[in-house]
Parts: sequence; C-alpha cells; structure tokens
Amino acid sequence: MTSSSVNNPDLLFKPGLLRNQGNRLLTSIACLFAVIAIIPLIAVIAYVLFKGFAFLRPAMFFELPPVPGQDMGGGIGNAFVGTFIVTGLSCLFAIPIGVGGGIYLSEYGGNNRFSEFIRFGTNVLAGVPSIIAGVFIYGLIVSSRILFGSTFSAVAGGLALAVLMLPTIIKTTDEGLKLVPQELRWGALGVGASKFVTTAKVVVPSAIAPIATGVVLGIARSAGETAPLIFTAFFSPYWPDGLLEPMATMSVMIFNYAIMPYEAQVQLAWAASFVLVVMILTMNLLARWISSFAQR
Amino acid sequence: MAASGTDSLYKLRHRPPSDKLVDTGFRNLVMILALMVALILLGIFLVVGGQAWQAMQAFGINFVFSSTWDPVRDVYGAFTAIYGTLLTSLLALVFAVPLGVGTAIFLTEDFIGARVRSVISNMVELLAAIPSVVLGLWAIFVLEPFIRPVLQFIHNVLGWIPFFSTNPSGPGVMPAVLILTVMLLPIITAISRDSLNQVPGDLRQAAYGVGATRWTAIMKVMIPAAISGIIGGIMLALGRAMGETMAVTMIIGNQTTFNISWFAPGNTIASLIANQFGEAGDLQMSALMYAAFVLMIITFFVNVLAQWIVKRLALKYD
Repeated sequence: MTSSSVNNPDLLFKPGLLRNQGNRLLTSIACLFAVIAIIPLIAVIAYVLFKGFAFLRPAMFFELPPVPGQDMGGGIGNAFVGTFIVTGLSCLFAIPIGVGGGIYLSEYGGNNRFSEFIRFGTNVLAGVPSIIAGVFIYGLIVSSRILFGSTFSAVAGGLALAVLMLPTIIKTTDEGLKLVPQELRWGALGVGASKFVTTAKVVVPSAIAPIATGVVLGIARSAGETAPLIFTAFFSPYWPDGLLEPMATMSVMIFNYAIMPYEAQVQLAWAASFVLVVMILTMNLLARWISSFAQR
Repeated sequence: MAASGTDSLYKLRHRPPSDKLVDTGFRNLVMILALMVALILLGIFLVVGGQAWQAMQAFGINFVFSSTWDPVRDVYGAFTAIYGTLLTSLLALVFAVPLGVGTAIFLTEDFIGARVRSVISNMVELLAAIPSVVLGLWAIFVLEPFIRPVLQFIHNVLGWIPFFSTNPSGPGVMPAVLILTVMLLPIITAISRDSLNQVPGDLRQAAYGVGATRWTAIMKVMIPAAISGIIGGIMLALGRAMGETMAVTMIIGNQTTFNISWFAPGNTIASLIANQFGEAGDLQMSALMYAAFVLMIITFFVNVLAQWIVKRLALKYD
C-alpha cells in the first residue's frame, strides 16, 4: 500500500516541470540580487576603512588642517574636537526634551488626542530632510543673530542636530516605557508612591536599556550629519574658539575638502571619514550591546 | 466627617502638598517637553515659509514650472531642481526596490545557513549608519570613475535616446542615482526583511501544505501578507532619497540649466540649497527658502502617505 503510493509516478519530484524550473530561476535571481546589493555595501566599508587608515597618522588628532594648496601634512584636530562639542551640545538639547516627551506620551498621555497628535508630529519630524533642519536654524538663529549677536555658531549647529535627534529619542523612549509591565506601576502606586516617584524611580529605570539604545542611535546619526551644519556651525580652520563662534566638524570637513583639487585636503577627508565611520559603527555596536540587556 | 478614631488613618491617605506639587509640576513639565515637538514643526513651517515669502510674492506658483535660475537678473524658477529631485529618487527606487526586496527574501528564506544570513543582516544594518558625506566621498573617488566606462558604452550604443544623449564626463545625474541606490538599499532591505519575518509561519506551512512551490508561497502568500510593511519601507526610502543632500550634492554636478539627459550634470532641491545658500543674495536666499518649502511639502506628503499605507494595508493575524 505505502510502497505503491511512494512509487506512484505522479507523486515524484519532476525537475523538468515548468513550476520547478520557474522555482530555480527565481531562486537564482534572488541570489543574484542579494549579491549585487551586498557588493557595493562591502565595497564602501572596505574602501573607507583601508584608504582612510592608510592616510591616518596619530599626530593628525593634534594638528590643524594646512592652508589649501600650500603645504602637505596637517591634521584634523579641530574638526575632531568640534564633532564632539557640537554633538554634545545637541545631546544637551535633545535628550531632556526627547526623554521627557517620551515619558509624557507613555505615562501621562496614553492614547488621548493630544498624544496621538504628538506621535504623528514625531513621525513627521523624523521625515523632515536634514537640510531643512539646517535652513530652519539658519533662519531662526543665524540670520536673526538672536544669540548675543553671533551668526554661525557651535550652538546653532547643536540645535540643528537636536532637531534631527529628537524624533529617534522620543520614539524609543515611548516604546521602551510601554514595554514596562503594568504590574510594576500598580505595585509602586499600591505601596504608596506618588505618580512622579513611580515614574522616576520604578518605570524609567526599568526601561533604561531601550532609552539608552535610542539615545546612542540618535547620537550616532547626528554625529555623521553634514547638511544641517553647513549653514549653522559652518567651518573654521582654527581650534574651537567658544560656543558662539563657527566650529569645524569632521563631516563638514569631509564635504569641504573632498571637492578641493589639493592632495593634502583629499587625504585629510579620507582620514576624517575613517575616524567618523569607526566612531559611528562603534556607537551602533554599543547600542546593540545595550539593547541586548533589554531583551533579558 | 469621619469618626474621630479613624481620622488619622484618613489623613494618611492624603498626599502632602509638596508631593502634589511635584506630581503636577512633573506632569506639566513633560507635557511642555512633548509640546516642543509640535512647536518645532510649527517653527520650521513658519520660519521657512516666512523667509520664502518674498520669493513667493515675486514668482508665485510659476516658480515651480520655470526652469530659469539666473542670479544675475534675479529671476528664479525651481523646475530643474524639482525635476531632479523626483527623477533621482524615483530612478534610485527603480534600482533599489528589486535589489532590496530580493535581498530581503534571500535573507528570510533558508537558501543559506542561518549564521551567514545573520552576518549579512547585521552588515546591512550597520551600513545604514554610514554618513552620507562619506558615501559622497566614495562616490567621487571610487564609484564615478568605476562606472564611467559603462555609461560611456550605453551612450555609444543608445545615444539616440534623449536620456542618454550626453557624453558622461565626471559628475552627473546617473552617478547620483547610483549612490542614492546604495543609500536606500539598507533601508528597504531591513524593513522588508522585518515585515517578512513577522508573517506567521503557519501561512507558509499552509501554502506548502496545499502544494505550493517555494516561490508560489513567496509571491502569493508571504509578500502579500507583508506588503504593508514593504510599501511603507519603500515610501520611507523615497522620502529619505528626496531629502538626501550631501552625497547627491557632491556627485550630481550642480547644474542649474535644464538638461533631459541622465548623463549630464543636474540638480536637486537639496543640492541647490546646499550649494548656493552660502553666497546667496537677498531674493536668491528667499528663492532657496521657497525651494526648501516645496521640498518640505513633498516629503511631508510622502511620509504621511507612507504612514497611511502601513495602517491601511496592514493585515491582522491575531
């Protein structure tokens, strides 16, 4: 009985059938697409890491860029420091607003109309092109000289980056807090804690891993942004000279130097790319490492 | 009101005023912080719109359809840039969607071992984090010289088609499209992969059970079930492509005159702004803000449409 059904020719796999040939064809197309998609991705990483590393010297972190067209050598010291300062400033603006807004959405707003509107707004803000954030801060702060009469400044750059970081931080905070079990809140309220104490001492600490993940991802994104900085923090070939002065960053340096016809500047652009990419990839790995705690 | 014996107990149930103050104060604080999102959005709209007002009055709606960009006579029209924005992002999608969705299928099926797949998956995600200015640098020095012979060949064979009618020489629309494709691939792949992974395994087993081949199951069951996420991801990528500035500015050539050929230098709204903002005169600055306003409106609609599609097409399997 069984053997006869196994030997039934209608039940055997026939590679020649149209459907099986089509199957093989589509499988090979998918493999081909995957290979085509992965090649440029690997090429970018490999090229930036190898070529950038080849131009990198440890002394570069302590030297200023050379005068274009005059001498070789020089370094990316001012841009390296500037990236930290401008990104740090953007954290100063974006983290309190982002975490606070996320706490409101999850703990107080729930699903009322106002918080749904803010969630929609967060999604819209996440889709705002980065250059729009730049022209917004330019119009608001740089051209109006509202900050003590200064025009291009590190603070303006930080604000522009904060606009881009904000949606990431709000979303991850909101979603991280929603994952906290309701029983924890009830337990805290039940033993007499006020809503503020419940939120600050119980709910937020137990969601700290997803919140930190969002913050690190936000920082990683903003550290590499260039478009919002070219009209806000601008560029400067000198060491940082105060927060209300123009400040060099590695991303703007790459942009400015990549199109210069001088070998020294192009080499600095590659070196800065290497440093920037290593920093950003490290932060992304850090974010993954942190979020692995959340899943325990 | 209560009996005197239980009075003290009732008192315990009331919070001290300081507690209440902190409670309401904190609630109002975080509410104001949440409100900041709305204020920033409103601010972007008002500031960009306000700065564009002068150009809006000077050129009206004609700004969108005129391809004259003449700082000498102070006459501005953004058609070239708007056309460039739409052309580069849509062409980049044409390349990136099949490659990205194909890769996502490849990563969610068991063609190769789970270990290799997760390595590729992680790499794709890390690549989404590469700054666009670095991709621009790579495009200038590696991609463009590498593909120029290919474009030259296409020009020689198909040069009679207007789109290929210019001799490829350095920066141009096509290299910009290709670097945009590289930028969009990780986004589309990651989102499509997640959507395909979320389709319940029962559906696939049921499809195999009624005799579907692997690809019938993928095409007729898996992809339709994941389509809301996939299309949402594509729309998100489209929004990203239209607003992308640095990589495109560095490789597109920044030509303000209109040219139908894809091999000639071109322009997008974002690259126009990035390129001319620094040394713009009064009306020119306002015209650039007008262009920024147009870009904002386009990306706004694409993003809202993306959210709507995800909600509308989402199939529920609970």
